[in-house]
Amino acid sequence: MGDVLVLAEHRQGALRDISFEMMAIAPKIAESMGGESKVLLIGSGIDDMAKKMSGYGVKVIVIDDPLFADFNADKYQKVLSALLDDLKPAVLMTGQTAQGVDFMPALAVEKNLPLVAEAIDLNYEGETLKATRQIYSGKVNATVAFKPADTYLVTIREGAVEAPEPAAAGEVEKIDSPLKEDISYRKFVEYIEAEIGDVDITQSDILVSVGRGLKEDKNLAVIEELAQAIKADISGSRAATDAGWIPHDRQVGTSGKTVKPKLYIAMGISGAFQHLAGMKGAKTIVAVNKDPEAPIFTVADYAIVDDMFKVVPALTEKLKELKG
Amino acid sequence: MKSIVCIKYVPDTSEAEVKVNPDGKTVDDSRFSFDINDADNYAVEESVLIKEDKGGEVDVLSIGPKQSEVMIRMAMAKGCDKANRVEDDRIADHDPLMVAKVLAGAIKEQEFDLVFTGCWADDDGHMSTGVALAEYLGVNHASMVKKVEVLDGKVKAHRELEGGLMEVVELELPAVLTIQTGINEPRYAPIRGIRQAQKKELNVVSLDDLGIDPTEVGSDASQVLVENLYIPEVESAAEFIEGETDEKAEKLASILVKGGLV
Repeated sequence: MGDVLVLAEHRQGALRDISFEMMAIAPKIAESMGGESKVLLIGSGIDDMAKKMSGYGVKVIVIDDPLFADFNADKYQKVLSALLDDLKPAVLMTGQTAQGVDFMPALAVEKNLPLVAEAIDLNYEGETLKATRQIYSGKVNATVAFKPADTYLVTIREGAVEAPEPAAAGEVEKIDSPLKEDISYRKFVEYIEAEIGDVDITQSDILVSVGRGLKEDKNLAVIEELAQAIKADISGSRAATDAGWIPHDRQVGTSGKTVKPKLYIAMGISGAFQHLAGMKGAKTIVAVNKDPEAPIFTVADYAIVDDMFKVVPALTEKLKELKG
Repeated sequence: MKSIVCIKYVPDTSEAEVKVNPDGKTVDDSRFSFDINDADNYAVEESVLIKEDKGGEVDVLSIGPKQSEVMIRMAMAKGCDKANRVEDDRIADHDPLMVAKVLAGAIKEQEFDLVFTGCWADDDGHMSTGVALAEYLGVNHASMVKKVEVLDGKVKAHRELEGGLMEVVELELPAVLTIQTGINEPRYAPIRGIRQAQKKELNVVSLDDLGIDPTEVGSDASQVLVENLYIPEVESAAEFIEGETDEKAEKLASILVKGGLV
């Protein structure tokens, strides 16, 4: 068969980017495995989304049922478990997202199938499906091979590939939900929107952003002085907000805000991909980090390998001089 | 309330150069300093906070070498009660599903209300172990949890989604929660706690002790194989500003001002 089944992801009425990004990977793998790529959409009132996904020239299988008005990992697992038996795809693919991570490992255990999480690339070579994934915060790549199995489960990192342009229109097929009744042991309660802070960093022209390299709260003073000198707002990486140095509403990255300032100055931020995804759209990026191998340098325009605590005061002083 | 917190001993590679061993399949970790996985540190704190609020007991469970006992004692110094350390070189620890199977084997005979894990490991970062563990145990789960409210026979978990959105779910107990960093402020171990921790029970067990068939959690049982590790090429188009610190700062200031960036 060799079909690749892609579970598309959506939230609050809109498809998420990962759903389109997977369209850059699935057809390639399906072709090399001698099958087709198909998209599975689970939700309630999702005709528009089905149409949009079918625009990638794939068949879209739709389960449109009020049971799935909100995401529920256990309900997804039940549906996928039944569909794996019915459709027998060679690959089941979804995103390594807050949704994907909440059911794929459980599904793999339930069905005794192999799982590779957070692949950034997939290849099918000589009858073996191989995934590339990153370990040690992106410092090492691993090629992981699947041993032969009825279905390979894989999740794809968000933003790992560019979404392709839509192609020809494909077919939409509605099927009945294999799950007929609601479950009682896990209930969706509500969504809580992110708190709104005093500064909206998505609107800032200049951001001075700090990471783990700040080391402690009191070191923020020199950063504030720099920010003041260039009329910048201060933001931070996950490490900086987790530590309580920076308010949560100023976190840059996939779990925080996506920012596109004219100038982004990263101080002591190593640049985990989740952070890079949130700031690589900045017009100009300056990075200061002690570690010459820090991934932040892959997106920087100007880079300084040095101790931020030596660089920042000197930089502030020079900027004040030059700006008068 | 009986909880079990699963923790992992990981290398700190945030500022270290990582080298692949000549076998191409493992990383040379001889020069790294090891400590508790970041998210697991928050999981320990959350389990202790719940114990302080609701009463009960928190046990530590970890798979790791003798050296990791320093980390385990630290968790006990912060308030965990006793610990099991699984040491067995037959575990296919490259595969989170095998790791989860071992953890489940170590837990399954015990009564518990909550199992905590970190939501991801700093070294291999699968984000899979906790959710797989729940399935092996046949209990509910929620991953990437940023807030926990224990109710009567239930738990409300706030899951961190992308963009700062939270998904609140209600689970019947028992349940596995995989904890996200930033959920709390992990405490420093008090001196008195450190002293007390030395006397707390820390059992070292093998797969045989746990009654786990090693062929079911070893390399042959794992359905994935690490073929090759390599250092990705760092492609940087950045202009690296060179010189003494003051020179670098001056050059950068000049670029920013002359370029009209500030």
